[in-house]
This record gives sequence, structure tokens and C-alpha cells, in this order.
Amino acid sequence: MRIAILTDIHGNQEAFSAVLADMAERVVDRTVMLGDIVGYGPDPAWCVEKTMELVAAGALCIKGNHDSAIADPKESLNVTARRAIDWTRPLLGAAQKQFLAELPLTLSLDDVLFVHASANDPGDWIYVTNASRAMPSFRVSTARVIFCGHVHVPALISCNMGGHVQQQKVLTGRPIPLIRSRRWLAVVGSVGQPRDGAAQGGYAIFDNESNELTFLRVPYDVTTTVQKVRQAGLPESLAMRLNWGA
Amino acid sequence: MMKRPSAGMQIDGYTLTECLHSGGFATIWEVTHPLYRTSMVMKVPTILDGYDAPTIVGFEVEQMIMPRLSGPHVPRLIGIGDFSVMPYIVTERIEGTSLLSLFRTAPLPLSEVIEVAARMTEAVHELHKQHVIHLDLKPDNFMQRKTGEMVAIDFGLSRHDLLPDLLSEEFTIPMGTFPYIAPEQYLRQRDDLRSDLFALGAMIYELATGKMPFGQPESLRGVRKRLWRDPVPPRALAPAIPEWLQEIILRALEVDPAKRYQSAAQMLFDLQHPAQVRLTERGQKMQRDSWLTVFRRWRIMRKVRRFDAPPSMSAQISKASVLMVAVDLAPDMEALGQQLLISVQRMLQILPDARVACVNVIKTARIGIDQTMTDSGDHLHVSRLVALRAWAATLDLPDDRLTFTVLEGPDPGQSIIDYATKTHVDHIMMGARSHSSKRRYLGSVSSQVVAEAACSVTVIRLAHPKDGLAVVEYAAAAV
Repeated sequence: MRIAILTDIHGNQEAFSAVLADMAERVVDRTVMLGDIVGYGPDPAWCVEKTMELVAAGALCIKGNHDSAIADPKESLNVTARRAIDWTRPLLGAAQKQFLAELPLTLSLDDVLFVHASANDPGDWIYVTNASRAMPSFRVSTARVIFCGHVHVPALISCNMGGHVQQQKVLTGRPIPLIRSRRWLAVVGSVGQPRDGAAQGGYAIFDNESNELTFLRVPYDVTTTVQKVRQAGLPESLAMRLNWGA
Repeated sequence: MMKRPSAGMQIDGYTLTECLHSGGFATIWEVTHPLYRTSMVMKVPTILDGYDAPTIVGFEVEQMIMPRLSGPHVPRLIGIGDFSVMPYIVTERIEGTSLLSLFRTAPLPLSEVIEVAARMTEAVHELHKQHVIHLDLKPDNFMQRKTGEMVAIDFGLSRHDLLPDLLSEEFTIPMGTFPYIAPEQYLRQRDDLRSDLFALGAMIYELATGKMPFGQPESLRGVRKRLWRDPVPPRALAPAIPEWLQEIILRALEVDPAKRYQSAAQMLFDLQHPAQVRLTERGQKMQRDSWLTVFRRWRIMRKVRRFDAPPSMSAQISKASVLMVAVDLAPDMEALGQQLLISVQRMLQILPDARVACVNVIKTARIGIDQTMTDSGDHLHVSRLVALRAWAATLDLPDDRLTFTVLEGPDPGQSIIDYATKTHVDHIMMGARSHSSKRRYLGSVSSQVVAEAACSVTVIRLAHPKDGLAVVEYAAAAV
């Protein structure tokens, strides 16, 4: 089964559409979304609506910290994120808010675990940015492969039979074998607000039979999204961030 | 708990019948499977109790790389077993033993040295094209098919350009086999395909002389010496070795990777064209460098911590490509020839390390005796070579990057394609004669080459005389 993994869409309709169009060109059997559908971007309602459609059609979705902040104003966020989420909240309908509120924090498919931030206390929104931050996830979880988002920069980390945790090089567009002698943690890059220097939507496809993971990037119409961010009166730093992809 | 292999054991449908080989890190078993009616072997790593990192990681690397390799120069993969029960790799069985037994009979006759060297180099080029640097080339790791192709085995220390390097993370000591390991591997660099060329050079040295160029060091300290101490020139050990072969061997054994061949394809080209190997002091020297020279080199090399590595394997291979130019020397084709020359010059600007192989084909009759002398008594073959050299004079390339070959055959297109295949050409450039009705029915040489060559082909055509401009037609055949 080939599983497409999307995360951190962040209300970016153009990037989300571009990624879905790219998926349609490939063989994908299942879609899993790792949360943060809203926040930062100018089209939160559209993105939630689209996600609800996908879930109705069999996709899986879990909750991110921005999704959680819609129902829970006490959720800790930085100033920019807070401004964006306060702008987002009134745009969502009751059904959409309820959908976000009811999302689970983690999901599993066989020996694969999906979580928005760290598998070590999923509700604490810890950033898994390197091998040492990934170590607790390997210790706490028994999953063979863990997928997470939240960081917006793709990363791949392995844990060998001796328990040694090591960051591996991420190559885009090429299948990487997640050999069974190790456990793996993959941080999937963001669809709607990439931060690794490439202004392209990021997602990944995992084939659980051939056991190969492919990180993918999809170009999208950044200019339109940036215009929408400015027209909405959202912080200028969010517009610049999309422009640079960083 | 992991299982250990034993005769009669069954796993995933395979039955282990006989242990063929038992080495330090693995055992090789003959296996059968009801579904696969072919001769197969299973390699099982010998994992010591506890966490045996070197063996496990080496086997993980092999399990990652082998499914990504194909072609006659690697064993065909049949199955892979998980570490949870018993890790294994099942491949086709290649008859015979490794080249080790052949190397034990070295020195070999010259013709055999060249044959084996060229076949090994060809196999290495095939690996490199598939993004793999072997990094542990030695006689034990080559086998030969009945059909002649060399097969590289044991990828436990290899590096795949597009996969995580599991080995570099775990170990801080250099990995490889001491007599054949390249200086940059000693410095723990695992990203340079030219390391394999060094190992090839050491093996060809051994085939030709019966001795190993750096002996059999037992410690890393002994390995380190090759950063400054040059080997005894092969011709000093066996004077019958021609200078050109010594040139190839010593060039492959250069300490600085930048001074070696830049790709296996270029080394193979020299092995196939002895007469065109450009001789330098390397080919002629009969003694090792003086103690003073070695001392000076030692003072520099002892501080070297790494060599410049190429940006990536694929970039290295394409930069150091072999460009074949098929030149039509007919008198009425002069304008086209000039246009072809200009296009080659442009191509060399973007491929600064490319070798250019200029080729001309003498069309022979399918039946009957050919005229090999011109009317004025010149040998046709020689006069074509002279004309080819004259054509290329303005390319202004050093001799070692420019070669001239005159082919003969009844079907010029086929001759060009065969030569390109044999010498692993990356790109063919040739002119196309302008359209004529005859050509439309019989097909042109260039369209035949475009359709059938396994590499990229660029066809240069002169535009219709009316506008007088040359048109370059790009046609890339599937690689």
C-alpha cells in the first residue's frame, strides 16, 4: 500500500491543491494528514473543507497545535501564530471547528505511527529537529516507522539494533529504503509553509510493501498565496516566509 | 532470537543444502526453492553474540544496495531475509570461483592481463553508472561469467550516491582491504568513485607483475605509507610490460585522485586503445622515486587530511565523459565537417574533462576484395587517419584527451554503434548529409545511429543553402 503523508497545510489553498494534483498523477492508496490544517495561511476554511472531504473518502487525519488552538485559546503559540489563529477562528463554521476539535493526537497503521509533533508526549508539541530530539520517540514508542510534522523541514532519522540514533541525509524525489533492521522516524516537510529554503509544497509517499519512502516537492503558485496573505491583513512576515520558503 | 544457518534448514521456502564457503563475516550456502528452478546461493552474515555492529551494518548496506543494481556485472538478486529471523541475501549462483585463484597464478601473459583488466574496468564503470562506488575491490570480489563478463560481488562496504551512508556514521577507522585501499579511503572519505580506479590499478599491477604494489601491510600505519611512497614501477619487475600499460597502472595509482583517470570509462578507453595512450614519465620510469623526493612528499602528505572529492558521482561521470565524433571526410562534406567541429568545440566548453574520440568509417564491400590502396599508392587507412588528425587540429586538446580511430565495415551506421557500445561512449556527435530522395528510401547513417545507439546522439545538419545557416538537431535516444 502506498500512503501519501501530508502535514502542515496551514491554510494554503494553492499549495494544498498543487500537492493533491501531484498525488493524482501518482499511485496513492491512502492519504494521511498529520495536522495543522489551519493557521498562518489565508484559506483556512477551504483547507478544512477539503480535508473533511478527503477524510469522508477514507483519508486519516490527526490534530496539530494550530488545530488545537482553534478550540483552546490557551494553547501556547508565538505572537505571529496567535494573531493568525485569532484571525482564522471566526472564518470557520461550527462543523469545521467540531471536526478539528475531534481529531485524534495519534493514529497507527500496522507498525507505523503518525503523530503531529513528538511521539514522546504528542500533546506537548515538541519539535523533532535532530537525532537527540528523536531519541525519546524511539524509546517511548514501539512503532517501526514514525511519521511526524510540525518542524516544516524534512528529516530522516534511524535507530539501529544497538539503539544508536542517527540522522540520515534526505534526498528528494528518490525512494529511500527504510530497511527492516532499523526503526525510522521521518519528519515530513510542510505542504503550506516550507522552511527549508525551497518555496515548494512538501509531502512524502511511503510504500509499506517495498518499504520505501520518497520525499517529494511540488511547485505551486506562491505569488497568489502571498497576495492573499497581504490582502487578509495577516502579518507581513508570513508573506515573506512563503516567498522564501524559509 | 536470530537463527543460525545449518544444512537442511528451511527458511521462507528456501532449503539450505551445502555450505560452499565460510569466511570471517559470512557463510555462503547453496539453496533450492520450489518456485525458482535455477542455481542459487544464500549469503548469511556471521553475527557474533551481542550487538556486532560491523557485520550488521555491512549487511544492512548490502541489503539496501543490491536491489538497486542490475545487469550482467552484478549477481541477480532473488530474495532478502529479515534480521528478525535470519538475515540473508539470495542471488543467482555464478559458476566457478573468484578471481583470487587467477591472481595466484600472476604474472599472467600480457594479452590476458589486458583482457582481465578491461573486463574488470568495464564492470566497475557499470557499477558507477548505477550510482554505486564499490570501495572494496579485490580479486576475491570479482567473479567471471561463462560469457566473459566480470561480476562484482560483496557490497558490504559500498556507497550508493542516492542512499544514506550507514557506514560513515558508525565507524571511525578506515574500511577496506589493505593492499588495495586508496589513499583517500585511508583518510575515511567514502564519496569518490576514483577510489575504485585506484584498487583497479593495484590489481592490474598485481596481474602484470605477480606482486602487490604496496605489499601486504598488516597495520593502518603500513597503509598510510602509500600517501607518499610510490610503488616499484611494474617495468622494473617485468621489463616485458609495455610502457603504455605501466602508464595506465601508475596513473590509476596516483595518490591524488585528481591526477588519476577521472572515470572508469576513460581508463577502459585507454586499455582498449594502447597505441593512443599518451606516455609520460610515469610510463617510462624504471626506478622508484629517490629518497629525497619521497621525503619531500612525506613532509607535505603527512599533513593532508582529505582530498577534494567530486561534487557528486553522476556529475563526475558526466563531466569525465567520452564524446565520440563521427566525421565524414568526403570532399563535398567539408562545410558540414567544419560545422561539426564548431559544435564539438561548444560541447567541450561545458564538458571540460571529456575525452574526444574521432572516428571515421571506411565502407567496405559486403562481398569481394576491397581496395585498400588509393590510386596514388597511399594506404587508405593511413590517409584517413591523417585527414582525421588534420580535421581535429584546431580542437587544441592535449593528446591524452584526443584519439583517432578508423573503422571498417560494410554498414557504417552499425560500425559507429558497435564502437560506441564497446568503448562506453556517453555521447555521439555526427553530421547528417542533406536530404535526398535516395536517402529517404534507403535511410541515412545518422538516423540509424539515433535510432539504435544506447547513448545520446547529436546530429549536425547544414541548413538549406538558401539561408546558409546551420541547424543543430538534437536527438536523444533512450539511455
